[in-house]
Amino acid sequence: MPQHELILLKNMMQPGYTGSLVDYEKTGGYQALRNTLGKIAPPDVTTLVRKSGLRGRGGAGFPTGVKWGFLPKDYQGPRYLCCNADESEPGTFKDRQLMERDPHQVLEGIVLACYAIGAETAYIYIRGEMVLGSKILERAIGEARAAGYIGKNILGTGINADVWVHRGAGAYICGEETALLESLEGKRGLPRIKPPFPATHGLYNKPTVVNNVETLANLPHIVNRGPEWFAAIGSPPKSTGTRVFCVSGHVKRPGNYEVPMGMTVRELVYDYAGGMRSDKPLKAFIPGGASAPFLTPAHLDVKLDFEHVAAAGSMLGSGGVTVMEEGTSMVWAALRLMEFFYHESCGKCSPCREGSSWLVQTLRRILAKRGRMEDLETLLDLCKNIAGRTVCAFGDAEVAPIQSTLKHWRQEYVDLINEAEAANLIRPEPAGKP
Amino acid sequence: MTFTEKYKDEITEILSRYPVKRSALIPLLYVAQRDQGYVAESTMQEIAHLLRLTPPQVYETVTFYTMFNLKPVGKFHIQVCKSLMCALVGSDTVIAWVHAKLGIVPGETTADRLFTLSVVECLAACGTGPMMQINDDYYEQLTEDKLDRILSDLRSTGTSPLKTGPFMWPESAPLERGA
Ligand SMILES: Cc1cc2nc3c(=O)[nH]c(=O)nc-3n(C[C@H](O)[C@H](O)[C@H](O)COP(=O)(O)O)c2cc1C
Ligand code: SF4
Ligand code: FES
Repeated sequence: MPQHELILLKNMMQPGYTGSLVDYEKTGGYQALRNTLGKIAPPDVTTLVRKSGLRGRGGAGFPTGVKWGFLPKDYQGPRYLCCNADESEPGTFKDRQLMERDPHQVLEGIVLACYAIGAETAYIYIRGEMVLGSKILERAIGEARAAGYIGKNILGTGINADVWVHRGAGAYICGEETALLESLEGKRGLPRIKPPFPATHGLYNKPTVVNNVETLANLPHIVNRGPEWFAAIGSPPKSTGTRVFCVSGHVKRPGNYEVPMGMTVRELVYDYAGGMRSDKPLKAFIPGGASAPFLTPAHLDVKLDFEHVAAAGSMLGSGGVTVMEEGTSMVWAALRLMEFFYHESCGKCSPCREGSSWLVQTLRRILAKRGRMEDLETLLDLCKNIAGRTVCAFGDAEVAPIQSTLKHWRQEYVDLINEAEAANLIRPEPAGKP
Repeated sequence: MTFTEKYKDEITEILSRYPVKRSALIPLLYVAQRDQGYVAESTMQEIAHLLRLTPPQVYETVTFYTMFNLKPVGKFHIQVCKSLMCALVGSDTVIAWVHAKLGIVPGETTADRLFTLSVVECLAACGTGPMMQINDDYYEQLTEDKLDRILSDLRSTGTSPLKTGPFMWPESAPLERGA
């Protein structure tokens, strides 16, 4: 197995590294900030990030420098940066580690991004359950403020950037960027209709950038070592850099593994995560969190980068790789995820609100061996009427588990229904059944 | 003393972080919940007044988010994650253990008002499941033995050393990896 350099997890892997300001500075921390603020013009920082090819690590994979470039150039009022630390996609647990183990790496990225986009205020929207993470971040912000890296007149350059931790309160949908903004404004987290996009009408209707924790944590390294260095890592030209993949499920060593993009699932699962936990072979995996369609052992050699995973019919998403062994019921797995989506639908659009409830009920019926063959068409019909017809991308995500398990493991659904129908042959029709 | 009087300085500090008052709503609700264990209607009215909102505006926000309790819960709020990744490694068994040991099902509180059980969706600890959160703390890679120790620690001292610290998994990665 080829050895590769760690970027984001490097510091925290050093024995004794605590994530304090002193430790971070010892590894060269805040050098990027010192060498950038007041020395490189903000638009040039954006250009540099664009050249690096960095794409968002929050799910959609949008090029970061391009996103920053959408902010209006001549706008005089305040602008905002929001660090998306909501990390609620089932299967994803990397941002938590990045924040709790090396908070200054994230903070340096935040201040660099503020500088590039001209924001004087940044909010870290962290999911409410991560109490420890929010305390660690607050302590780190205190240290950075005292050292002059955050706040007014940073390092004497006259540049201001304040950073505040804002805790969410338990709602998956608040990871969606416009719902996040609504929530930050003290409202219910209902996604906004786009356009307008946050770049022009974001927090308090001001130009705003929302970036994921991991995206921002990459910035100090890109500034320090140059966009060319970053652009050569991974699967250039479209998927550059590393990803912190979160491996979960039936493997020997689940956990966070930072590898260059373009590594195959087989390498990640067998070389890094130690392979399957028992002698049962791999049956299915999800490559990018709960919203990504399931794939099969035939896809084990798919490269984990944006393009190849998409070509295989799924998506790289949040980097959550969940592995399931032979013997796992795919109908059960689809139902577990569907229950999650049903619980988390914000209720703004009827296809999603009503459809998710129907999908859960239909799956429950099939799994309880009370299904009928028509249910399969009903499921697909419901999915078709949700995807692409909703305010936010949640609608597309929630149908992924059902559509993909029906595509690859239809027989499991059919078998359950056949059992149900066989049982019904000897059971009298209940009175009043339509 | 009213909520507003009791937390005057903290409220001022929180308000100073935002250019628009309403943004302080969730942070203030957290202060209220920390104080009382839940958010009482009278406090919602005070907060509404502080932020120049109507009580329904506060109420609609409170009820949207799962982390605010509208009624008192047990001293220890056990929340077991049941999402797919944890379910693959045994979260349903954890729920059954809690039921067997404390005699409560999700949504219930023990008669001594010590423990409330809830099942929740993914808490970003999927590689270290099965897991649960109790009040502010995470407990991961649960086994029956570990659960017993946690419950008895909580009963006797109110906290448990088995809670997770700053998260990292696998613990020290450049191990001997793979074959
Ligand atoms: C339903 C839904 C949930 C999302 N949850 C998260 C999340 O928890 N964390 C995150 O960074 N992005 C999440 N996103 C993506 C954000 O909307 C947004 O694209 C991202 O934060 C942008 O940052 P990036 O460009 O750095 O990836 C979610 C999107 C959707 C549709
Ligand atoms: S798709 Fe679902 S989650 Fe998204 S806005 Fe509509 S109802 Fe809310
Ligand atoms: S599935 Fe349980 S913590 Fe993510």
